[in-house]
Amino acid sequence: MSKSTDQVFLNAKQWLLSWLAGSPTWMVQVVSSLINIFTLLAVFLTLFALMSVLERKILARMQNRYGPNRVGPFGLFQPIADGIKMLIKEDIVPMRADKIVHFLAPILIAAVAILTLGVIPYGRNMTPFTIDGGILFFFAVGSATELAVFMAGWGSNNKYSMLGAMRAIAQMISYELPLIISVLPVVMVVGSLTPDRIVAAQAEYTFGLVPRWFVFTPWGAAAFILFFVSGLVESNRTPFDVPEGESEIVAGHMTEYSGFKYATFFMAEYLGMFAVSGLGITLFLGGWHAPVRMLEFIPSYIWFFAKLSALLFVYVWVRGTLPRIRVDQMMNFAWKFMLPLAFTCIIAAAAWHYCRRGARGWLWSFLVIAIVYTALSMLLDTKRKFAPRVYRFAE
Amino acid sequence: MTPTLQVFLIVSAALFSIGLLAALSRRHAIFILIGIEMMLAAANVNFIAFWRFGPQHQPPIGVMIALFSIAIAAAEAAVGLAMVIAVYRHYHTTNVDQLDQLKG
Amino acid sequence: MNSAAFIVTAIFTVAAALAAATLRKLMHAALSFAVALVGVAALFFLLGAEFVGLALVFIYIGAVAVLIVFTILLTRRDVGRNRGFNWGGALVAVAVFGSLTWSILKTQSLAIIAPHMPALTVKQIGAALMTTYVWPLQCVGLLLTAALIGALILVMEEKR
Repeated sequence: MSKSTDQVFLNAKQWLLSWLAGSPTWMVQVVSSLINIFTLLAVFLTLFALMSVLERKILARMQNRYGPNRVGPFGLFQPIADGIKMLIKEDIVPMRADKIVHFLAPILIAAVAILTLGVIPYGRNMTPFTIDGGILFFFAVGSATELAVFMAGWGSNNKYSMLGAMRAIAQMISYELPLIISVLPVVMVVGSLTPDRIVAAQAEYTFGLVPRWFVFTPWGAAAFILFFVSGLVESNRTPFDVPEGESEIVAGHMTEYSGFKYATFFMAEYLGMFAVSGLGITLFLGGWHAPVRMLEFIPSYIWFFAKLSALLFVYVWVRGTLPRIRVDQMMNFAWKFMLPLAFTCIIAAAAWHYCRRGARGWLWSFLVIAIVYTALSMLLDTKRKFAPRVYRFAE
Repeated sequence: MTPTLQVFLIVSAALFSIGLLAALSRRHAIFILIGIEMMLAAANVNFIAFWRFGPQHQPPIGVMIALFSIAIAAAEAAVGLAMVIAVYRHYHTTNVDQLDQLKG
Repeated sequence: MNSAAFIVTAIFTVAAALAAATLRKLMHAALSFAVALVGVAALFFLLGAEFVGLALVFIYIGAVAVLIVFTILLTRRDVGRNRGFNWGGALVAVAVFGSLTWSILKTQSLAIIAPHMPALTVKQIGAALMTTYVWPLQCVGLLLTAALIGALILVMEEKR
């Protein structure tokens, strides 16, 4: 019984494809791909709409107020009102702006975000597109975001947009390195770039209770934290939202965009968040596997979306808790702390693997990471560089 | 009609000559660099086409050469662009016709 | 290999490359260069070398194209001055293309179609890189480090 609920979407797709029984192979392939694409878009655009209202409500509760609660039950129809508002706004393009570049930037950034969603395994046999180098595809396509942000900033012919775009690109390029290098230990230990293989490598349970996810190893935990923080930065979320901080630079590279184009930027940021969280779940949190062997009867996609919801809650939680980080603090953090620690995770993963993954491997990899972390914290100490704060009050 | 090796080679030759066009007929230093990168990409297409249509060695030699060529092209682009910026800082121009201080 | 896909990709790539070489505004030329590189990556996918295509997108579009647009931004003093187009260069390029095409079409041994081959996996490329090609790999690593340090030193502001 649980097998059929697990594969219910696959069976539905096979039933739909059986209507095309006599067609040539290329047409069946095209229709199959189209079904995958439309399902993906439907699921994630609904999730985006839900997330936009849930984020506001959760943030509000953390700030001791209600969020939007007028439109529909508990305010859950708010995205419909937001969508109508965005669609009927006037689309203003500056007169001296570069029309083609200004128009193409939001399209490119949204297209890139949706493309990256296609290689993540959402359930058993439920990867939309299986590519042999799936992880490389994810990062290669995701790196086109920087070009799109630059096009947005430059095409607006506005100094604030240009400044915001430069800051955004500097931030994204600096944190792309820890993001990718923190993925390398997982790829090294599994030996494959295919997301399906990586999920299958985390399938076992020790004593039927503790899953063999990579986050439960020392190097995996460190790499997961690095990956999560870099994902925060790549989606320009607080505390790293210098590119779009309203109090600093109006809206950065999105200043000259109104109405539907601004909604497209917004959607691209959220879809990027979903994609990075999905990849983090695939690489470190065991993909669509259940946490304990007892609960394996619950379908795999439910587990995936439960983990995704947990990660998105942590995103909102961090947004509601931490203040914005200054640009130079952010750059220092990336280059002087995260990059060396990411390289250390690779060495720790190698140590773990070569001690045959037992308790000795645990100890050695934990020691490597602890030593480097302590050394970095002592070397990067800023207490001696700044004078102690003096408070002066009006007398 | 499946494409033969000749068609791929003609596409690669077209890309190469367009890169040559950009490198020879423009006066802005960055245009010339874009042309050079285009020529390198065209040569990579050539290598991969010959690998695909030829006898399959183990290890795949054409793919290896193309990979190393991409890495080296990236390094060369970085250094070339750094030189353009350094020259601009000194001479305040990127027009290569005006960079003739070493002329006899 | 699908011939319709190949024709579309080839026309797209060559058109974008022509735009990159002949457009008047530098920024548009740089962006159509990025589009031409997407076309080249699609050609690699058609030829069965997906890893090289992805590496091309990653390195060229994610890094080299961004470098080029940044450099265009930083060297913007004389924008708008109409600079002439050197027609001698166009002649040389057409001559090179003509001679290459003539020699390709003359060689009959190149009129072959693709043989069936097993798909190239990333594992094979990785194994080759670590066994047969390990010396070139380390040398490329050294070269990239040298290029990184060299580029940094070239653009560092000198301390007065």
